[in-house]
Amino acid sequence: MSALLSPRLLRSLLPPLSLAALLIAIFWLQPRTMSYFGLNLLLNLAVPIALATIAQMFILCVNELDLSLGGFVSLVACVTATWVHDTPLLGFAALVGLIAVYAALGALIHLRNLPSIVVTLGMSFVWLGLAVLVLPTPGGKAPEYIRSLMTLKPFFVPMPIIASVLIAGLVHLFLMRSALGTVLRGAGGNAKSLERAGWSILRIKMTMFALAGFFGVLSGMALVGLTTSADANIALRYTLLSIAGVILGGGEFVGGRVSPIGAVIGAVTLALAGSFLSFLRLNPDWQIGAQGAILIIVLALRVLISRTEAKA
Amino acid sequence: MTNSTRTSLLATVAVLAALAGQSALADTSGKRIALSNNYAGNSWRQAMLRSWEKVTGAAVADGTVAAADAFTTAENQVTEQAAQIQNLILQGYDAIVLNAASPEGLNGAVKEACDAGVTVVSFDGIVTEPCAWRIAVDFKQMGKDEVLYLAERLDGGNLLEIRGLAGVFVDDAISAGIHEGVAETGKFEIAGSVHGNWAQDVSQKAVAGILPSLPDIVGVVTQGGDGYGTAQAFAASGREMPIIVMGNRHDELTWWKEQKDANGYETMSVSIAPGVSTLAFWVAQQILDGADVPKDLTVPFLRIDQDTLDESLANTEPGGVANVEYSLEDAQEVIKAAGM
Repeated sequence: MSALLSPRLLRSLLPPLSLAALLIAIFWLQPRTMSYFGLNLLLNLAVPIALATIAQMFILCVNELDLSLGGFVSLVACVTATWVHDTPLLGFAALVGLIAVYAALGALIHLRNLPSIVVTLGMSFVWLGLAVLVLPTPGGKAPEYIRSLMTLKPFFVPMPIIASVLIAGLVHLFLMRSALGTVLRGAGGNAKSLERAGWSILRIKMTMFALAGFFGVLSGMALVGLTTSADANIALRYTLLSIAGVILGGGEFVGGRVSPIGAVIGAVTLALAGSFLSFLRLNPDWQIGAQGAILIIVLALRVLISRTEAKA
Repeated sequence: MTNSTRTSLLATVAVLAALAGQSALADTSGKRIALSNNYAGNSWRQAMLRSWEKVTGAAVADGTVAAADAFTTAENQVTEQAAQIQNLILQGYDAIVLNAASPEGLNGAVKEACDAGVTVVSFDGIVTEPCAWRIAVDFKQMGKDEVLYLAERLDGGNLLEIRGLAGVFVDDAISAGIHEGVAETGKFEIAGSVHGNWAQDVSQKAVAGILPSLPDIVGVVTQGGDGYGTAQAFAASGREMPIIVMGNRHDELTWWKEQKDANGYETMSVSIAPGVSTLAFWVAQQILDGADVPKDLTVPFLRIDQDTLDESLANTEPGGVANVEYSLEDAQEVIKAAGM
C-alpha cells in the first residue's frame, strides 16, 4: 500500500487531483457547465493560456524565466489580427522573425551570462511598444481559418479538451520521450556535464528559446481566434499566469524539472479557478487574493509531499 | 347564441385584452440581468456601481426583473472580462449589460453570448460586435465642445491638453475631438499635452513637470478627473490661472466654487453621468420586454455651467462625481430619439 502511494506518485497526482476537485466544485455550483456547450465556454480561453504555459515551461526548463511572455503574446495577437489577415506572406514572415528574435535572446542570455529576468523584463516593454505600433487602437480581424479552427465544434468532445490533450501529449512525447528532448532537459539539470559530453549549451538554449517563441506565437494566434480582434494589452496577464501554470503543474524553477502534461493541467486549473470564484459570487476585490490562496494551497501540499519524499 | 352571452363573451375578451396589455409591462419579472464591468478603481466607476445598485435594487424589489447582479473583474484585462462574460452565459442570465475593457477584444465572447440567446447591451466602453446594442457616448463631441466653449470665452492663445490613459479609445476619441475643435476654430494652439490618466495626483505631477517648458497658457482642455490636479499645479507654479475645463468631479466642482466665490472664476464642466449604467439597465429591460430598440443609442452629456454649479455641487457626494440616475421613461425617450 505504501508503495502504491509513494510521495513521487502523490506528487505527480497532485495537479490532476486539484483540477478534478475544482471541476467537481464548479459542476456542483453551476450544473449548466456540465454540458458540451458549458465545457466549451468554460475552457476555451484556457487554450491560449495552456500554449503560453508550455512556452514558459521551455524557458524554465533551462533555468531561465521569461517575464516578457505576456507582451510577446499580445504582439503576436496584434500581428495576427493585422498583417497575417491582410498580407499573409508578410505576416507569417514577421512571426518567424519574432521566433528568431526569441532564439537570439537565448543566445544573448547565454553568451553574455545575463540574468534572463532583466533581459526579458526589458523585452516586455519592447514587445508592448511594438504591439502599440502595429495596432495603435484596438481592432484588426482574425484570419477566417484561425477563427473557424478555434470555434470548431467536433462531435462528443469539445474543442478545448481535444486541443489541451493534443498540446500536452505532443510536447510530452517530444520533451520527455525523445532523445533530443532528454538532452534539452539535461541543460537545466546539469549543464556542466552535458557540455563535457560534447553538447553545445548555446545551441540548446537557442533551441529552447525558439520553442518558447513558437508556442508564444501559437498562443497569440489561438487568442485572436477566440476574441476575433486584438488589443495591444490583450495578454499582459499571461506572463504571471504562465509561470504559475508551470509551477502548479509540478515544475520547478531550477533543475530542468518540468512536466508538459502538468503544465497544461496547471494552466487549465488557473483558468478554472477564475470561473470558480466568479460562480461563488465572491467580491471581485477578494478574487485576486483568493486566486493566490488556491495557488498557495496547492504549492503547500506539494512541499508537504516533498518533505515526506525527503524523509523516505 | 343569445345576445346576453355574446355581450358577456365580448366583455371577457375585452378584459383579457386589457390584462394582456398590462402584463406586457411585467413580462420581464422572471428575467435576470447581469452587469459586467471591467474596472472599479476610480470615483466615476464607484458612482456607476452605486447608481446601478440603487436603481436595479428598486427594480428587483418591485418585481420588474428577477435579478440584477453586478460583476467587476479584478484586473482591467480583456481576457479576464471575456472569461467573465462566458461565465455569465453559463450562469443563465437573460441579458448582460456590459462596460467593456476593449471595443474589439471582447467580440468573440459577446458573439457567444448572442448565439446563446443572451441580450448584450454595451455602454460607455462599447463593443463593435453587430449583435450587441451600443449606448455610446460621443466622446469626440465632448472634446470638441470644450474647445468651442473656450473659443467663446477667449480670443486665442496657447492651450494645454491633459489626456487620459494611453491606448484607451476614450482617450483617443476625446483628444481627436479637441484637435478637431482647435482646427475648426483656428484660434488656439496646443502648446503641450501630458497624460493625467484621469487621476488628480497623476495630472498634478505631469502638469507640474511640463509647466516650466511652456509659454503662457490661457486654457486647459481636460478629460475629467484631472482638472483639480491641474489647478493645483498651476497654483503652485505661481502662474496666472487659465480657464480649466472641469470634469464634474466633486473636488473639481468644489475648487471651482471656491474660486468663483473668491474671484469670480468662470469655467464649465462636462462629463458623462455614471448613472448611464442605469440607462443601460432599462434599455436591456425594454429589449427583454420585446420593445423594438435600435442597435445604436447615444447618451446625453451632463454639462455644468456657472449658473448650475451650486445646485450640482450640492447634489454631488464628496469624493464622487455629479450624477443623474435614469428612469424607465428616460430610457424610452432615448430609444424613441434614436428610432427617428
